[in-house]
Amino acid sequence: MNENTHLDMDALSELREVMGEEFNVLLETFINDSAQRINALHSALHSEDADALGKAAHSFKGSSMNIGATQLGHLCLKVETAGRQGDLTGVESVIADITEEFAQVRHLLEAMS
Amino acid sequence: MPSPNGLPTLLPVGPQGVSVYDKAENDQLKILIADDSDSDRLILKAMVRRQGHEVIEARDGVEAVEHYRKHRPDLVLLDVMMPRMDGMQAAAKIKQLAGEVMVPLIFLTSLSDADALARCLEAGGDDFLSKPYNRVIIEAKIKAFNRMRLMHDTLSRQRDHIQASNQQLLQEQEVARQVFDNVAHAGCLDAPTIRYQVSPMSIFNGDILFASPKPSGGMHVLVGDFTGHGLPAAIGAMPVAEVFYGMTAKGFSGSDILREINHKLKRILPTGMFCCAMLVDADFHRRILRVWNGGLPDAHLIRRTGEREVIPSSHLPLGVLAADRFNGDTLYFRTQEGDTLVMMTDGVLEAVGQDGDMFGEQRLAAALDQADGTAPFERVMTRLRGFMENQAFDDDLTLVTLDMVKEAPLVPLPTQPNRFAATGPQDWNCHYAVQGRTLATFNPVPLMLHICDELPGLRRRSGEVYTILAELYTNALEHGILGLPSEWKDSPDGFARYYREREHRLAGDLEGHQIRFELCHQKTEDGGRLLICCEDSGGGFDHEAISQSQMGNEGYAGRGLSLIRQLCGSVCYSEGGKRAEVVYHWRMS
Repeated sequence: MNENTHLDMDALSELREVMGEEFNVLLETFINDSAQRINALHSALHSEDADALGKAAHSFKGSSMNIGATQLGHLCLKVETAGRQGDLTGVESVIADITEEFAQVRHLLEAMS
Repeated sequence: MPSPNGLPTLLPVGPQGVSVYDKAENDQLKILIADDSDSDRLILKAMVRRQGHEVIEARDGVEAVEHYRKHRPDLVLLDVMMPRMDGMQAAAKIKQLAGEVMVPLIFLTSLSDADALARCLEAGGDDFLSKPYNRVIIEAKIKAFNRMRLMHDTLSRQRDHIQASNQQLLQEQEVARQVFDNVAHAGCLDAPTIRYQVSPMSIFNGDILFASPKPSGGMHVLVGDFTGHGLPAAIGAMPVAEVFYGMTAKGFSGSDILREINHKLKRILPTGMFCCAMLVDADFHRRILRVWNGGLPDAHLIRRTGEREVIPSSHLPLGVLAADRFNGDTLYFRTQEGDTLVMMTDGVLEAVGQDGDMFGEQRLAAALDQADGTAPFERVMTRLRGFMENQAFDDDLTLVTLDMVKEAPLVPLPTQPNRFAATGPQDWNCHYAVQGRTLATFNPVPLMLHICDELPGLRRRSGEVYTILAELYTNALEHGILGLPSEWKDSPDGFARYYREREHRLAGDLEGHQIRFELCHQKTEDGGRLLICCEDSGGGFDHEAISQSQMGNEGYAGRGLSLIRQLCGSVCYSEGGKRAEVVYHWRMS
């Protein structure tokens, strides 16, 4: 996987311009929030709470899209859809993909700051 | 500038014609952003701040509502899914708090299904912003909603302004109507000889209807229709009422009153505004109607036999012609008991039925000609109601009928308080002569009456004094100077001839002629004694023969002398019938 499939670099460079000095704060905030969200996904899956799972995935999707982590966003959408439909079949492997994808994104973002 | 009436002023436009929208659109706004995602909030805050707006942050719905209450932001950006209270609940609370103030509410969401989006709108949302955020779209939406907000504010202010203005207008109209009612009171519209239909607020539609008893008995009726509506029409009506009532009470003729009203309206009304009018001078003693129609629809004289005479407009409306071109000549009609004069404004003919047709002259004529034993007024009203099929009458619809009766009792004029009866000039005398051509153009009776009216005790008998003066003057002018034989008035043909000849002779040579009044008043123990002499330059007459033959005569010709005899006891003629002398005694009562 190369950089372009993980991050939308155009969106990120625009964000850097908009945020100015706060760009690094934004990246840090996103990384911390996302770590918490991945924990939330795991615990909702563990307790088989489809609704909580869907909502957590929805929020994660939104902030991922906003930061330019498009692939991460798409994976979250799968979990959101499954949670909303109440069918958790195969969700476990998607959450594993999310964890993996986030690790990549985190690595790339940390390199940018 | 504060408006003098205390109303909120409308949104002003700057001196260069720049609307305040242009300025306000670029003003700094207070914008509330509620999102539980820290990174999303950071991004949105940065974008909104870069546009120059102030940002208030909230992390959930409860905080959003609290911040709204505290800071009253101009615009709210709300995430849909938040802990404690979600965006939809917060939206509903904020809209409730905002009340009539328009607060644009934009949902932040990456929701994609239509149902969820629809629920957001139901909760009071005005639009959506989807993630990932786009700077350009955010800026455009904030601007658009700010415009909408300003427009809403303006509309609310204008609506309040219009409501307040309308309220004030109604109050003003009510006050104006009260003032108008005091000036233009009902007069003697309630007399049994009059029937009428008129809207209570007709004055604001430009319609006027006045009736006033004359000092000598009989009455004047004035129907009018001003061009225009609303206050301008009402304002014109005020002086008309004043002149009409004031001059009628002082004994002026219909022509004099019309001339004065025309003169006044011509002076005060703007060009293009005038008053279509009809003045009727009803003399019940002599059963004469004098009618002047300037611009109103045809009047109809319904004979008791059912025959109908049309009296079309033969003059321009009041307030059009300059005084020297105005013609106040009236048409004479001899009538019988049971005859009825029907008058109206064009609201009657223009009343619109349910199929859009106007009532029109044909329907009116059919109603007037339908002999079913009811009064003409009822016939027209019944047909009008049927034609309009229960629709409300247009406000400017005025219909009035005047019945000729055998002998209308003298309607008492408003009297002054008794306690002043003994004040005023008690002992005085005066001489006044009208000479030459002035005899044809000027009636001195109101002036004489005015002199007598200075004495309050005599003013209370204005009607009687007027009758004496008017009869003496008429006899001196018509019989004395013009030499018209009173017998002519006994027959219908002679009657018309009499008035034709009167006009003809008045237009002739009056050089060297005069009518001279002498009035002399003396106080007595319980009132006063008014001596009135009236001397003319005519050929005189065999007064003994005439006064004998007219004793007890109820005909037209005898009316005058017998009235005077009733009031004064006797008429004393001297100098070959050229000088008449009466003494009028009055008591304080």
